[in-house]
Amino acid sequence: MRKSAADRFRHLFNRSLILLRHRHHHHPFPSSSSLSPFSRSRFFSSTPFSMASDSPFPVTAQNINPKVLKCEYAVRGEVVTLAQNLQKDLQANPGSHPFDEILYCNIGNPQSLGQQPITFFREVLALCDHPAILDKSETQGLFSTDAIQRAWQIVDQIPGRATGAYSHSQGVKGLRDTIAAGIEERDGFPANPDDIFMTDGASPAVHNMMQLLIRSENDGILCPIPQYPLYSASIDLHGGFLVPYYLDEATGWGLEIPELKKQLEAAKSKGINVRALVVINPGNPTGQVLGEENQRDIVEFCKQEGLVLLADEVYQENVYVPEKKFHSFKKVSRSMGYGENDITLVSFQSVSKGYHGECGKRGGYMEVTGFSAEVREQIYKVASVNLCSNISGQILASLVMSPPKVGDESYESFNAEKENILESLARRAKTLEDAFNKLEGVTCNKAEGAMYLFPQIRLSQKAIKAAGDANTAPDNFYCKRLLNATGVVVVPGSGFGQVPGTWHFRCTILPPEEKIPAIVTRLTEFHEKFMDEFRD
Amino acid sequence: MRKYAADRFRHLFNRSLLLLRHRHHHNHHPFPYSSSVSSLSPFSRSRFLSSTPFSMASDSPFPVTAQNINPKVLKCEYAVRGEVVTLAQNLQKDLQANPGSHPFDEILYCNIGNPQSLGQQPITFFREVLALCDHPAILDKSETQGLFSTDAIQRAWQIVDQIPGRATGAYSHSQGVKGLRDTIAAGIEERDGFPANPDDIFMTDGASPAVHNMMQLLIRSENDGILCPIPQYPLYSASIALHGGCLVPYYLDEATGWGLEIPELKKQLEAAKSKGINVRALVVINPGNPTGQVLGEANQRDIVEFCKQEGLVLLADEVYQENVYVPEKKFHSFKKVSRSMGYGENDITLVSFQSVSKGYHGECGKRGGYMEVTGFSAEVREQIYKVASVNLCSNISGQILASLVMSPPKVGDESYDSFMAEKENILASLARRAKTLEDAFNKLEGVTCNKAEGAMYLFPQIRLSEKAIKAAEAANATPDNFYCKRLLNATGVVVVPGSGFGQVPGTWHFRCTILPPEEKIPAIVTRLTEFHEKFMDEFRD
Repeated sequence: MRKSAADRFRHLFNRSLILLRHRHHHHPFPSSSSLSPFSRSRFFSSTPFSMASDSPFPVTAQNINPKVLKCEYAVRGEVVTLAQNLQKDLQANPGSHPFDEILYCNIGNPQSLGQQPITFFREVLALCDHPAILDKSETQGLFSTDAIQRAWQIVDQIPGRATGAYSHSQGVKGLRDTIAAGIEERDGFPANPDDIFMTDGASPAVHNMMQLLIRSENDGILCPIPQYPLYSASIDLHGGFLVPYYLDEATGWGLEIPELKKQLEAAKSKGINVRALVVINPGNPTGQVLGEENQRDIVEFCKQEGLVLLADEVYQENVYVPEKKFHSFKKVSRSMGYGENDITLVSFQSVSKGYHGECGKRGGYMEVTGFSAEVREQIYKVASVNLCSNISGQILASLVMSPPKVGDESYESFNAEKENILESLARRAKTLEDAFNKLEGVTCNKAEGAMYLFPQIRLSQKAIKAAGDANTAPDNFYCKRLLNATGVVVVPGSGFGQVPGTWHFRCTILPPEEKIPAIVTRLTEFHEKFMDEFRD
Repeated sequence: MRKYAADRFRHLFNRSLLLLRHRHHHNHHPFPYSSSVSSLSPFSRSRFLSSTPFSMASDSPFPVTAQNINPKVLKCEYAVRGEVVTLAQNLQKDLQANPGSHPFDEILYCNIGNPQSLGQQPITFFREVLALCDHPAILDKSETQGLFSTDAIQRAWQIVDQIPGRATGAYSHSQGVKGLRDTIAAGIEERDGFPANPDDIFMTDGASPAVHNMMQLLIRSENDGILCPIPQYPLYSASIALHGGCLVPYYLDEATGWGLEIPELKKQLEAAKSKGINVRALVVINPGNPTGQVLGEANQRDIVEFCKQEGLVLLADEVYQENVYVPEKKFHSFKKVSRSMGYGENDITLVSFQSVSKGYHGECGKRGGYMEVTGFSAEVREQIYKVASVNLCSNISGQILASLVMSPPKVGDESYDSFMAEKENILASLARRAKTLEDAFNKLEGVTCNKAEGAMYLFPQIRLSEKAIKAAEAANATPDNFYCKRLLNATGVVVVPGSGFGQVPGTWHFRCTILPPEEKIPAIVTRLTEFHEKFMDEFRD
């Protein structure tokens, strides 16, 4: 009986998995017409009692939150799982594959690929972790003078001088003061420390805003396509509706206002109440940097339509072309004369990107402006439920927004480390971009910023059919083949969204510079064989 | 026009705020019941709360208002940092700006389990290892030997070697660094005497995200219920509210030292079922917050059996596992209890939450912790992993610290003696503070206080006169909130009203931590005693 019940359960799950895959394959984004709320509810809901006869577990795929099932996150999806399994295989059986290592180009994780941390930042973090050594003479021999000084300053700002204590739920006031000063210096407009909510990276900040704005699946959020899957995942988890707007590949992934208007009207006509616009600048996965005039148009659009502008600006330090500069949306809106009462704007920042790439420290903040005091209280209340973000991440975020200055002992080494990293990133971006553009049937826009290239690959009908036979999206098929042949991990464009009928993949520019030539060679050889194998 | 619109908005908001306050004040059931849900149908609630930016534009300058945000956010409450705390923070600013303006010279925060903010020193070994992992470049320098202990250096080397790329600034596996999970699994095995699988461990930024993840997994609608103890830690009521579920309360028995009685569980479960609630899980907090009790092993076995029979997930909040102050009680994890009863992976679904915030270490700001998930199918486990992967990973320092907590220095290590001295000093001091405060509360007129067997809190009951209750109503506050605000204004001592944690209707409590520095405890006792006598005299019937 137990075996039979387990078998039945497995069958039920496999069937629902096939249904989910099928739906995902053709419509990667939610459409209210494809499955009515009522029938979806019928499909997913069940009681533990009735399920008890079918499964030994009280919790099954049939009775968990359907929003969790709906959520997807490709950056760590199927291809990555395959890569991790291959890595284990390589360790257990060296020489069993035509490559000797996995090269992770799937995720913006610089230090996992050998990028060194910024010395000054790490010195300050270590001293704040163990302030007992601050006044010992041996410390002078291991740490720079200005790192010691900054650590003293930070520890003094923390109530109780305790880096192990919960802070204010928005973050340590003194650290928020430092960040606000950094924002003012960056933008040239005032910043209020009370507008800053420090977070464990940008993800919790995005989740908090989705939780605030989304009431039901009739609430929509305008998101760029291609887009970073955190947004689609968070919208799904909060039961909202993703309203896609396409970036224009032909114009270097430009954001066009007519496209925004078209998609907004289309959503409204379906009864969707669009609440916010997500803009990622510099772009992920597309690597573009918006022009200032374009930003002004976007601000004006949000103002006119009464939308919250959710500005993902975590790549603000990653700009590789001289003709573009990062301008925060807050700076742009203030320079247009729009103040606190004119536009509602949230800016997300993170210590994970930039030249610092401190992903594992989980530091960041959101700067929230243009909300009433009452709504701000609600944002604070939800932040307080989780008490506070991690103090090391808070300290690091304050360092990122206020790094060593001219005259500080660490300034020269800091600046050298920073410039070396950014220049190397620019070179890697250019080398990979050129390599992709040389491949048959592949075009790749320039990486003006961020950490990614998002080339389009034109696949033959034969390849598309082979992918169909393998029950997978064509770009997923290509990426898995690439991985199995070369050990290079990239993410299929279907994980980020793309114009239907086009295929892409996202490749980071982060592998160590000395490995880039090998990646180019392997990828080129693979691509030629793939194109030959599936020539129509 | 702008001014007029703003005024109208303020009026609308104030009115809705009064409605919310009124409902909270008069309803003696601070937790959601389906009966209160039925008092406002989804349709009419939607009508009240939903609006389009266009129509709201004429009433407010903001596209986002209290009327059009997610109603689950409005419903959520979190008293530990609520009204009394806000008042305290304002008083603190006032004291800094105008010294001598109040009858006390400092605010004494007894509202939150935050030991290091009140002077508790961190464990040296843990901090040494964290500092070295933050700046591994100094690991092989000779000067490092003069600042750090040998075994801290050795452990830091070991940890850095376990991290892919040896990079503490990199994202880890979404469940946490495998080597650190191995260390934690070994620590769990040593604690419990039963195997632990590193793949069952999801490392988190403290316990809160773990709890949220489980609520997100289990709650589909307001018809899904979660059994929670009353009094309870507001993270649970807040998380259930934020995920749109129904809190099914079960009362701990104050008369028997906050015991958890199975008949009460059964009664509340049946009551919920009769209202169409599908109860999915049971939350147990052991040692208890805010109540400080430690469950007996026989009681734990009854609870495991109850969950098994009813097909409930057992959500075991075990973050105070290192905080037990009485010799007749010991911490036993629910996993250990269930395994010792013969229940294995396929017999019961159990999630254990642990955190670096509590214990003798009290590293709240490091945001470290994990949940150990057992008894889920592979398919559901994949979903748990997927949601964890959306947020990429928890912070590496917190992960490292969680592994240190579960595998501290051992006999023979250079740091062992100093580590044990630090640990025992902290725990012994906590026990003394608990006893002193408990005795002080029990001496107060009309106050009874159960023993703090564990955790970091005392939860005394205070019997208030009708006159005091009436004065509270006149001040538009619950009686215990009224008492707590009066206490704060008179003494600077911050405690949390019991209504924030739930209590049997008609009873009043407050939660006081045992964490103020030991040398300040006598002053707290004196101030509180004097205040209490005056309060009781002022409001004598």
